[in-house]
Amino acid sequence: MNDATLANRQAAIANRSHLVRRYLKPVLFVVCLLPFVRLLLGAFGIAGFGLGTNEVETVQDVTGNWGLRFLVITLAITPLRDWFDAPWLIQLRRMLGLYAFFYVLLHFLTWLFLDQGLYWAGIGEDIAKRPFITIGFLALLLLIPLAVTSTNGMMRRLGKRWKSLHRLVYGITLLGVWHFWWQVKADIREPALYLAITVVLLGWRAWKARRRFASP
Amino acid sequence: MLIKRPAPGSSAEIQPSEITSESVYLNRRTLLQAALAAGVVGIGSAWTKPAAAEGADLKFTRNDALSLNERPNEYLDITTYNNFYEFGIDKSAPAQNSGHFRPTPWTVTIDGEAEVKGKFALEDILKPHALEERVYRLRCVEAWSMVIPWVGIPLGAVLKRFKPTSKAKYVAFTTVLRPAEMPGQRYPVLEWPYVEGLRIDEAMHPLAFLAVGLYGKTLPNQNGAPLRLVTPWKYGFKGIKSIVEIRFTEREPPTAWNISAPHEYGFYANVNPNVDHPRWSQARERRIGGGLFSAKVPTQMFNGYEKEVASLYRGMDLRKYY
Repeated sequence: MNDATLANRQAAIANRSHLVRRYLKPVLFVVCLLPFVRLLLGAFGIAGFGLGTNEVETVQDVTGNWGLRFLVITLAITPLRDWFDAPWLIQLRRMLGLYAFFYVLLHFLTWLFLDQGLYWAGIGEDIAKRPFITIGFLALLLLIPLAVTSTNGMMRRLGKRWKSLHRLVYGITLLGVWHFWWQVKADIREPALYLAITVVLLGWRAWKARRRFASP
Repeated sequence: MLIKRPAPGSSAEIQPSEITSESVYLNRRTLLQAALAAGVVGIGSAWTKPAAAEGADLKFTRNDALSLNERPNEYLDITTYNNFYEFGIDKSAPAQNSGHFRPTPWTVTIDGEAEVKGKFALEDILKPHALEERVYRLRCVEAWSMVIPWVGIPLGAVLKRFKPTSKAKYVAFTTVLRPAEMPGQRYPVLEWPYVEGLRIDEAMHPLAFLAVGLYGKTLPNQNGAPLRLVTPWKYGFKGIKSIVEIRFTEREPPTAWNISAPHEYGFYANVNPNVDHPRWSQARERRIGGGLFSAKVPTQMFNGYEKEVASLYRGMDLRKYY
């Protein structure tokens, strides 16, 4: 590649990066917020929206589902980038990860305030005695350092350790799937689907790492 | 016939529950508007309350002695928030997917340890009994609850007509198997058909009830039309729906949820705040209809029917027989 084409290519990448930052990210930000907006409209009965018969259950289901979905979507970014040769996707990863944290946190807070109603005896007992709640709570706790270290400054400061730390998300996603699986009564089709996708996304990483290790 | 209307000019009372209250009426209007609005912006039905089709009027008297003094849940909530896996696993699925189910004509097979056996038209099973209304609490094993005005007949009185023999220690019930009309039965989420059972003394208890209606009207399909069991001191899943077979047995019959997860769902399934489900607490429950900010309420032993049914289980270890 001569200098001229390299410069052209770099310019194209810079241009695309600018487009992603300028247009795609704001649009994606709004799109990712829609489930939350829908809950708000439902909670206040605006524009005909409601929360169904069991309002608290609806809030719990929606926030939990989206928390897990955003975890899986975030995990999918790196594989998608490689499969489709789309380096710009990485620019979206932090926002998607933070949305995962946002919905998981909402899921926890609405459990605390709306479902349990700050009934501390029940809350402590549930976290200690109900494995599926223990697992969910652990996943939330593990997400906190990732959210806190998601800034550019923290990335710089942690250097190589940042990447190791953020590999926690692999385990967190599996905990999330497990949490979902264990609260299902009989029909495991939906959590099984999440598990299958997660296994593919993690399996692909393992395969890539092994290949790199085998032929440097 | 199942459907009775007072003759014109007769003195038959119109039950308070037969009259649509103003709040329900107004609610319906806002709900219809909401449904329209939601339709415009393309929102799924789980987010709005769909309008429920109502059954035919029934003639009955209210059994005050066996009814709660609590305000029943709204008809719409009772008929659009259901666990009836034969029509799908989501709470809104039964109301959405039961439109093709045909609850008439209906026959029930009586079999097993009884002198009178055979296939009976539902009308013939109901005929000798006067329909009564009973307002019962319903506690789901998932820790939510409702108050429901059922219409039906006492189970014990029905069972006695078939003259169970001394070998009849249990009563087993079976739900209809119609995958063509019940889309949930096309997947083995549970072992189909759904089966349930009671010990004979439980079945003969005055609270045990066979419902054919609610809110003064025939049961909607999603609530177990045309005939379902109601045992208010037990978790809701004991209340088997769309019953086609009643069998008297000598041995404890298998039950659907116990087959699916034996360490989570026992044969007895009595409401008990002191015995938790392995995965969640049964100490408190969410009363449907309280809105987003209502607190859970404590669950009562035997769902508040302790005085009436505790003697059935005297001496039994309720942790073992959950």
